Amino acid sequence: MVTEDGVAYERRSAVPVIIPVRPRKLAEVPFVELAEGRLQGVVSSRSDPRRLYASSITARRHGLSCHTNNNRPCGSLGGGQPCKHIGALIDAAVARYGLARVAHHLEADLPEDGADLGSGLRPGTAPDRAAEVFSSFLRHLAHLDLPPSTEPLPELQWFPAAAAVR
Amino acid sequence: MLAAALGARPAGLGEALAAVDGLDDALGHGLAHLDQARAARLEPLAAACAGSPLAGRVADAVAGIVAGTVTDDHLTALAGARSALLGAAHDALLAEADAALGRAREPWSAATVPARPGHLPAAGRSWLRELALTGWRRAGAELVGSGGRTVQALIAEPAARRLAVLLEGFAAELRAAAPVAPAARIPARRWADLWARALLLGRGGLATAGTVDADGRLLLLGADLHEHPTVVHAQVHGLLESPGRGVRLVRTAVAAAKVDAVSGPSVWRRLAAFPVLRAALARHRAIEVSGLPLTPGGDLIWQESRAALGGPADPFVTARVRLAAAVAAAPPPLDRHPVAIAEPVLLEGYAAGQSTFDLGGAEIAVDLDRLPAAGPLTPALVAASTSCLGLLRWDAGCWAVQPLAVRAAAGRRPVTAHTGDWALGPTGARAAGAEAAAGTVVDVLRERAGRLLRQ
Ligand SMILES: [Zn+2]
Repeated sequence: MVTEDGVAYERRSAVPVIIPVRPRKLAEVPFVELAEGRLQGVVSSRSDPRRLYASSITARRHGLSCHTNNNRPCGSLGGGQPCKHIGALIDAAVARYGLARVAHHLEADLPEDGADLGSGLRPGTAPDRAAEVFSSFLRHLAHLDLPPSTEPLPELQWFPAAAAVR
Repeated sequence: MLAAALGARPAGLGEALAAVDGLDDALGHGLAHLDQARAARLEPLAAACAGSPLAGRVADAVAGIVAGTVTDDHLTALAGARSALLGAAHDALLAEADAALGRAREPWSAATVPARPGHLPAAGRSWLRELALTGWRRAGAELVGSGGRTVQALIAEPAARRLAVLLEGFAAELRAAAPVAPAARIPARRWADLWARALLLGRGGLATAGTVDADGRLLLLGADLHEHPTVVHAQVHGLLESPGRGVRLVRTAVAAAKVDAVSGPSVWRRLAAFPVLRAALARHRAIEVSGLPLTPGGDLIWQESRAALGGPADPFVTARVRLAAAVAAAPPPLDRHPVAIAEPVLLEGYAAGQSTFDLGGAEIAVDLDRLPAAGPLTPALVAASTSCLGLLRWDAGCWAVQPLAVRAAAGRRPVTAHTGDWALGPTGARAAGAEAAAGTVVDVLRERAGRLLRQ
């Protein structure tokens, strides 16, 4: 149906645009998104079960930020060296969106030798975005509390359910 | 024969779509950035509306764009003209499908209901306007992201749910694509569809008509599943047998919000509030309904309290015995768009290829992109199938069948699979195990969110 050389992609109303989500484990990185010129997400602490980190990488400049839910800067993010939370965030984003899309969003050069995305970044530091990341996570989860609905939703004809990742 | 009958192209379709394409490509580049050649491609849209009540407004809109003075009314006129053309294309295509299928359809007779006020706040209107002026190709992360915040305000408002669901899906795609590389291909028709739809819905232009209460037996044909990152929607096609009213083709649908980590078979868990409908799908049972509201467009507004599980009913038998004589409803005028064509059809005695069915000399495409991960249908089953219960659809210039169920000869034993078979959870140990693991997603997310909220 979609041919790369034909015009079908441009002229197809129900063309799939977002690639299907690949199932991934959520315990370590419960939230990841490509939004507002950043890759950002929430990462669970491995040592303290009460602690979460909000980690983010900005597009282009690749500024890093990592803060706890107690509003403290991450102790292992120093001198622009990625901490393990940033590493976990990148891994989760690649699992979720695929390497190409993450690299494209971050405007990062993909290493040609097949190395991971982290080695293709030239990181610096970035302003604290923890409050925005945590509230984005909570806003996202607010969907789980919405009541189901039965009114006709004709606009969903444009959104066929995702096929299995094959 | 179906495929041969669908081979003809309705008169004027090409011209109508070319006029739509002119606007779609202009929206891709941004209405504020049109060169003369691109602006000239808006003329067919104005020409197509000549002699209609929209004529003056569309001509004004095109003139406004060329002059660089675009108002909200101009954008609404363009969206309206585009919808009118695609509505006419829909009508011509549906008439062709009805003729090919021998399907009887009631004419549209519902009284016009006054439009309700729109729910799109000023911020949302200005977002849609900025997008149109900037163009999908130039829209950066900041502009695209600001749409997400607009939608947030709408989600909690039940009357605005339909608009919020549309805008969330649209904004998620723009976010996924941003930044658009200069040489990248963009889904121009699709994004213009979603943009125009949001604009009209936001202005309250898409009113709903009144309902009547329907009684009788609902025999299911199959489930058509829809989803985007934050919604899942099961639209069930079926035949309603009512005393004294004959057999009508109807649809009923249930939807739930979700998060993008919920996908595959576990989306059915989000529809837990509808055990009767899910059981009827999974167990192939009829449904006895009493007093279920039915719209003039053939949509039953589902209510669990007015439905009870009936006896066994094989959808293939339902289709074979009753589909040919069932009467279809006319779609509401403002919902007419080729993408809305989804006509239940039973195909048998074909030769299945990888993505086509050979219906005895003529071929019809099979839409393998529409085999949802939430059900057991696979391309391999479709390619091995001998019968298919599906939806006849039209997109990008061609007809295709979207399978809802197939009978296949897999090995020695025939296999039957329906998209709704997993409505109560996957059958088969492997799929069930995977679903059980994926099904804990919501619990994990809530627990993590709880850590934030306990602070
Ligand atoms: Zn860290």
